[in-house]
Amino acid sequence: MQLIPCPWCGPREEAEFHYGGQAHVAYPEDPSALTDEEWAQYVFFRENPSGPFAERWSHSAGCRRWFNAVRDTRSHDLLAVYRAGEPMPEVLS
Amino acid sequence: MTVSPLAAWRGRLAALAPALAVAERPFRSQLTVRASEPSAIAAMGSALGVVFPSVPCTFTAGSGQFGDVEVLWLGPDEFLVVAAPDLQVSIEEVLRGALGSSRGSVVDTSAQRTTVILEGPHVRDVLAHGCSVDLHPSAAPAGTCVQTLLARTGIILQVTGPDRCTVLVRSSFAEYLAAWLSDACVEYQAAAP
Ligand SMILES: [Zn+2]
Repeated sequence: MQLIPCPWCGPREEAEFHYGGQAHVAYPEDPSALTDEEWAQYVFFRENPSGPFAERWSHSAGCRRWFNAVRDTRSHDLLAVYRAGEPMPEVLS
Repeated sequence: MTVSPLAAWRGRLAALAPALAVAERPFRSQLTVRASEPSAIAAMGSALGVVFPSVPCTFTAGSGQFGDVEVLWLGPDEFLVVAAPDLQVSIEEVLRGALGSSRGSVVDTSAQRTTVILEGPHVRDVLAHGCSVDLHPSAAPAGTCVQTLLARTGIILQVTGPDRCTVLVRSSFAEYLAAWLSDACVEYQAAAP
């Protein structure tokens, strides 16, 4: 089973984690000003890259913290993990 | 009379010796503390006579007005305070006083988990049958405290000595864990003289 390195607890089995989708999707500054189409873009539309992808993960069976990870969608390799609030590190694809 | 979660398992767990000595320590006082301000954490520690752990995945122990107290690291701003039974109300009061106006919370979670003490030369081998955390003494020395899965059940595992561990398990999962432990011990019982 794949090990995911929690930024707090270190490497743990994937079964301890919960997937949270794309990271760094900012909440609209003025939601009421959005058109239906813009709101749908915010709620439903996500990147689907072939390669490095910044995602949210939660260490749900461990420290229960959310953090971010850059995962290569082609190889499932985790290229970097970083704590919530930290900027996305530069990764080589 | 209150019946502990593993009362019905006392005989079957005792029969696992000498491969593994298993004993339940039910009803311990447990308080979940959320706080991140260093001054508040220090004040709560000195009120209990124990320094709160600052290193992830560790626990600390000390002694004060409530006797022996352990503080377990659960997250960067989350701790579990564990003490002898029937102290939770007074500990909660003291911790809330020490927290003062700092942002945080103190919640009595004593009923959530029961405690199982495991001791014996095979304790790390038995746990390794269902736990993916590296339990080698070099990776998990005494003082280690991890939240993880044991046989798919969420546990808090404290390493308290070379051959000694403490497992905190949710009360409703305790009997399942006891059954799993009994099964995982079979091969070591056969090998015991
Ligand atoms: Zn973690």
